[in-house]
Amino acid sequence: MGSQNSIRDMFFEESEELLEQLIDGLGLIAAGQADDETVNAVFRSVHSIKGGAGAFGFSALVDFSHRFETVLDAVRSHRLEASAGIVLTLQRSADFLTDLVERARRGDTETPEQADSFLAALDQCLAGASAPDGLVASAFGFAAQPILLDLGEPATEVFEIRFKPFGRLYSNGHNPAMIVASLADLGETTTHLQTEGMGELADFDPAAPCLGWLIELETSAPETKVREVFDFVDGLCDLHISTRLDEAAAPEPHPQVAPASSGATQASSSPPQSVRPTAEPADNTPKSTLRVELDRVDRLINAVGELIINQSMIAQRLQELRLATDADVVTHVEDYRLLARDIQEAVMAIRAQPVKPLFQRMSRIVREAEEATGKKVKLQTSGEGTEVDKTVVERLSDPLTHMVRNSVDHGLEKPEARLAAGKDPIGTITLSAVHRSGMVVITIRDDGAGLNRPKILEIARSKGLVAPDLELADSEIDALLFMPGFSTADRVSNLSGRGVGLDVVKNAVSTLGGRITIATTPGQGTEFIISLPLTLAVLDGMVVSVAGQTLVIPITSILETIVPEESDVHQFGASDQLLFVRGRYVPLVDVAEGLGLSGGLRDPRKCQVVLMETEEHALVALMVDRIHDQRQVVIKGLESNYGTVPGVSAATVLGDGQVALILDPDVLARNVSPAANSGLLRISEGMPHAVSH
Amino acid sequence: MSVKVLAIDDSRTMLGLVRKVMTDAGFDCVSAEDGEKGLEVFSREAPDVVITDINMPRMDGYGVINAIRGGKANRTVPILVLTTESADHLKARAREAGATGWIVKPFDDATIVALVRRVAGLGS
Repeated sequence: MGSQNSIRDMFFEESEELLEQLIDGLGLIAAGQADDETVNAVFRSVHSIKGGAGAFGFSALVDFSHRFETVLDAVRSHRLEASAGIVLTLQRSADFLTDLVERARRGDTETPEQADSFLAALDQCLAGASAPDGLVASAFGFAAQPILLDLGEPATEVFEIRFKPFGRLYSNGHNPAMIVASLADLGETTTHLQTEGMGELADFDPAAPCLGWLIELETSAPETKVREVFDFVDGLCDLHISTRLDEAAAPEPHPQVAPASSGATQASSSPPQSVRPTAEPADNTPKSTLRVELDRVDRLINAVGELIINQSMIAQRLQELRLATDADVVTHVEDYRLLARDIQEAVMAIRAQPVKPLFQRMSRIVREAEEATGKKVKLQTSGEGTEVDKTVVERLSDPLTHMVRNSVDHGLEKPEARLAAGKDPIGTITLSAVHRSGMVVITIRDDGAGLNRPKILEIARSKGLVAPDLELADSEIDALLFMPGFSTADRVSNLSGRGVGLDVVKNAVSTLGGRITIATTPGQGTEFIISLPLTLAVLDGMVVSVAGQTLVIPITSILETIVPEESDVHQFGASDQLLFVRGRYVPLVDVAEGLGLSGGLRDPRKCQVVLMETEEHALVALMVDRIHDQRQVVIKGLESNYGTVPGVSAATVLGDGQVALILDPDVLARNVSPAANSGLLRISEGMPHAVSH
Repeated sequence: MSVKVLAIDDSRTMLGLVRKVMTDAGFDCVSAEDGEKGLEVFSREAPDVVITDINMPRMDGYGVINAIRGGKANRTVPILVLTTESADHLKARAREAGATGWIVKPFDDATIVALVRRVAGLGS
């Protein structure tokens, strides 16, 4: 094991899992689906956090988890009924515990102010609980340390200790010699073996101990110290401790502790066992796991990336050498390719994590938002097991938080308004995650009133985001929500109105290579759909050449490829050109010009065209010299070496060793053709919402 | 003779701490994260001392003690119970179940080492 620090890290890592288990279990309890083991697991989570926190001296955390645990213990032992109110308190306490763990991680050991109110709420719960079975719970789970007063040089005393073990002492793993040795640590001992209990050899019962000891101990230690030595064997032996002075007063030695010899009395004196399920469902068995530093996984991912590049280089070289006609070689190369893909997928799966913890955090956000707005909200989740790259899970937390707050604050109506509209006064927010054609799609849906488009347009106009007389299609109005500077903050709430607009959410999603779209139905609700690549390490791209450069266009936003007819190209103004595609005019974007490359074919009639949908649902047609093929490429970041290059998101290495830039078509379209982005050019209504792949 | 300690705890943090203290003290330390696995390791490794948590999933600490005490081999091995509770009834119950001793969490490194030395028969 490493240093104390690495164990500290382990504590926080483990606490995260325990908190997840805790929140999960409380969710089940809230839904009335908890069995005894669930409740026990909930208890254990808090208990383990307390144990670890104690070891590192996080006293605020220890104090709170102790009180929390006390309430959970009452629930576990059925002394306290888990009513809705109590479960809510427990859930809030779990949230607060999460905060405390986070604070401890940051090294903040102050007890936050709110602690008192949380503690009071927990105490309130306990007020309704019956007392623990005849026992007074120790006020604080830890042992009280006896305070030893130093009263100067203590006089030595001689203790006479008569000690005769029962069989149980031996079977519990004790060794009388060790006890005698411990006494010797306290002072001078004289030990006499007492063999009176030993009978004739013929009657000897090996299981019935017959030896005893008389130990004279001269020590300055108090009697409590002497008794402490026998703490563990209390009840497992005949023990009589007296001082020389006592001796005269109490000549008849008698056992201090009644031997617990009868099985029946033992059973009745032990506290009733809580019912434990003897068999657990098979699917509860945890998968065997291995903890690996992320760094190592990333090294492996990089190496696999190189392997794939290397594989395509070999394939290409064989092609060039015309060896690819040899059937054997073809089979081996194909096997190699498939193997490399398998390895890659397996490696990617290591970084994949379920979105569950992310969704779980949202239940807290909803609870807080409920309190802030006075609305009643039910959060439903589905597809929690859907796995995404770890980075995606991490970086999605803030955007999702913002959107969920936004949905409660702006999406859902007040209970009265809902009742008036004939809806359930409790609003529903549904979070779902699903894998769809190589992407993960995360949806945040509310059953509120839907977007108020006239109002959105009014706000955008008042903020000068849209020209006053410009007519916009519904989808374009919806897209205004994502514009920087737009915020429906004419009702500033302390919830969503934190100066963060949906544009920040959109940027976060774009950084992850994803897209966000809105769908809304008046009166029925609004849906935000985030599509994200499963991995940030590879990408499906279309390989094209422009002005002698090989480039890759991400396939996710490509609708189709076209070889334009001369009659379909129209001049628009002095410099812009439009392409007529199935009844629509689409701005033509010269990629060569956008990237500052010279020598591109300016004549669209000699180009091939890639038709794409931008994030704003506008269509653009990218002009390229030639479309080669479609393939998976390994993403190599550019930013650490070159900084951000507008219109280029990353680079890759192709099979022939050539470096190819990966285009960011949205930025490119925005930079080259203002028309594509300004709303000036009205794209027809009824455009596809979903991108077809 | 090197002392081999088996630590059983469902909290990785606790397990990590116990391992560290034990190995720092020069003991061999093997570990398991629940009672069932603990018994597996127990029969494979034949430790000189067992340190076990009580509340664990699948098999709790009492189950571990019962199984070891009721088993055939190595049944009188010293078993120390790690607990955050110091209440007397819990100690009584551990003793009843056959525990040799207990350690109250959070534990002090020197105390736990001294205790292990003591029950392992190394003297103090």
